[in-house]
Amino acid sequence: MSVISIRDLSFRYEGEWICRGINIEVERGDMVALVGGSGCGKTTLLQLLIGLLTPTEGEILLFDEPLFGGGEVRERALRRRFGVLFQHGALFSALSVYDNIAFPLRELRRLDVGLIHDLVMLKLSMVELLPRHALMMPAELSGGMAKRVALARALALEPELLLLDEPTSGLDPDRSDSFVHLIRTLGRELGLTVVFVTHDLESMAELATRVAVLAEQRILAIGSVEEILGLDHPFIRNFFFSERSQRILKAH
Amino acid sequence: MRNHSPPGIDVRALADGALELRLSGEWTLGALAESLAALQQHLARHASVKKVNWNCLNIAALDSTGAMLLWRAWRRSLPQLLQASPEQLAIFERIAAADRERSGLMPASQRFAWLLSIGTGALRLFRHVSDFTSLIGRLLLDIAYLVRHPSAIPWREISANMYKSGVRSMPVTALVGFLIGVVLSFLSALQLRNFGADIYIINIVGLGIIRELGPLLVAVLVAGRSGSAMTAQLGVMRVTDEIDALAAMGVSRSQRLILPKVVALAVTMPLLVLWTTAIALIGGMVSAQIQLDISYGYFIATLPRAVAVSNLWIGLSKGLVFGILVGLIACHFGLRVRPNTESLSANTTASVVTAITLVILADAVFAIVMREIGLRV
Repeated sequence: MSVISIRDLSFRYEGEWICRGINIEVERGDMVALVGGSGCGKTTLLQLLIGLLTPTEGEILLFDEPLFGGGEVRERALRRRFGVLFQHGALFSALSVYDNIAFPLRELRRLDVGLIHDLVMLKLSMVELLPRHALMMPAELSGGMAKRVALARALALEPELLLLDEPTSGLDPDRSDSFVHLIRTLGRELGLTVVFVTHDLESMAELATRVAVLAEQRILAIGSVEEILGLDHPFIRNFFFSERSQRILKAH
Repeated sequence: MRNHSPPGIDVRALADGALELRLSGEWTLGALAESLAALQQHLARHASVKKVNWNCLNIAALDSTGAMLLWRAWRRSLPQLLQASPEQLAIFERIAAADRERSGLMPASQRFAWLLSIGTGALRLFRHVSDFTSLIGRLLLDIAYLVRHPSAIPWREISANMYKSGVRSMPVTALVGFLIGVVLSFLSALQLRNFGADIYIINIVGLGIIRELGPLLVAVLVAGRSGSAMTAQLGVMRVTDEIDALAAMGVSRSQRLILPKVVALAVTMPLLVLWTTAIALIGGMVSAQIQLDISYGYFIATLPRAVAVSNLWIGLSKGLVFGILVGLIACHFGLRVRPNTESLSANTTASVVTAITLVILADAVFAIVMREIGLRV
């Protein structure tokens, strides 16, 4: 069973094709990086996966089920099987850290207060935050902490699939390293499938088991980091073989 | 939809009188949510028995919610007799680690909650008053500075604010004013006709609108329309750090953002009062003509004799004071917005409510102070 299968996906926005004929299969336990230059539709592809946008052509299956159709109950149940970390965290600014993480749990309307409290505290400690951070408001958090809280919220419903939009953007190299490390550890421990959009080669090299390169509105190549580096294409040469990229990739 | 294999508990008695609890199925959030309460009771019943052998080896899937459920049944420590896989033990270890960190977090004592709420309420009021006073002081200093440096006066901002809060308010204040004039005149006419005192309609409508209703109507409308917009604008600028950006460029926020708003309202409000009062009087005139057959010419000719001109000055000075009040309050609450959505909406609401309340309070003060002026003809 593949966790994500995208078949002949095309998306047009305001008369312009953002992506055409995209095919991707993601297996359980994969950590797939979507890379590509700015504005090549990486984030759009992620929004299509989440169901925020509907494809113009083609279809997306998550856990072998279509994203749309089949009634609200089924759609909602499917959406609870993946967690999303938005680029800027998208924490609810009016709720404390505690309430942000508790929000999806309360939405289930099945869990009692004590269990929710224990679960929130567990998620906080899983993302390496302290109990006293629970009472802070999102505006008081640093960028790295906000990302961690958002990760804890994304993990609240025990998802099988984690979708990350630019997980390291806006973090300094040190924070970025420890956040990538955290995602990798949690991903392994919880047996998560992870798909992440990035233009940060360092986090890609660190985290990805497979890399999908998006350019010219399609998937240019998909494979392990080594396989991608072996291809000869102007975009790949530009993206991976610039001086800076080489420095980063050699270090890994 | 995926079918979960439901979590199961299989109880069997062992030879030495102990119980073995064999757990099976999926112990995950998705599978547990259906039968949570029943499972919790079931587990609690067995956990209270002394010798229980917990066998987790048949569990198909365990996530942290399932593990937390067991952990709570075990009263937050691993039971003495436990058979579990290394992966499962890792999950329990993670929960135990979270428990150890948590010991520091204690809820505050609630015994003196009432005292606390009185105290915080008083402190908040004090902070409002002191912030408001310093805002006024800041503006006076700004005005003193601008008098000495006339080239720094923010004409463009003042003009833009006058257009937004003054010119753009004219249609709505006119509409409301006209209708109130018609209604007031209509109701008074019904009563006056009973006494044959038709002619006094001009005194009642003229005095009521010029001295009291005109300024108050405009103040309420402007507080709701422009005051709320000003609070929200300043608030969003706080949320997006634009105010800090201005300060970093060496632009005074009070000179560039607050002063123009207050000055614009101070200028436009008396003008709006004049405009609205005029339209409301026309409304009253129309109604008086229809109801009591008082001609327009007679109404206009009698008005100066019925209502002393000092009442117009009172109305206009009310407009000035109300304008400054609404502007100051809008800016005061705008600057208190903290960077979150809840605070923005709360402060915008508070701004409008406080502005209207204080305007009515000020109106009462006017009524007392000016009681000797313009009432006896």
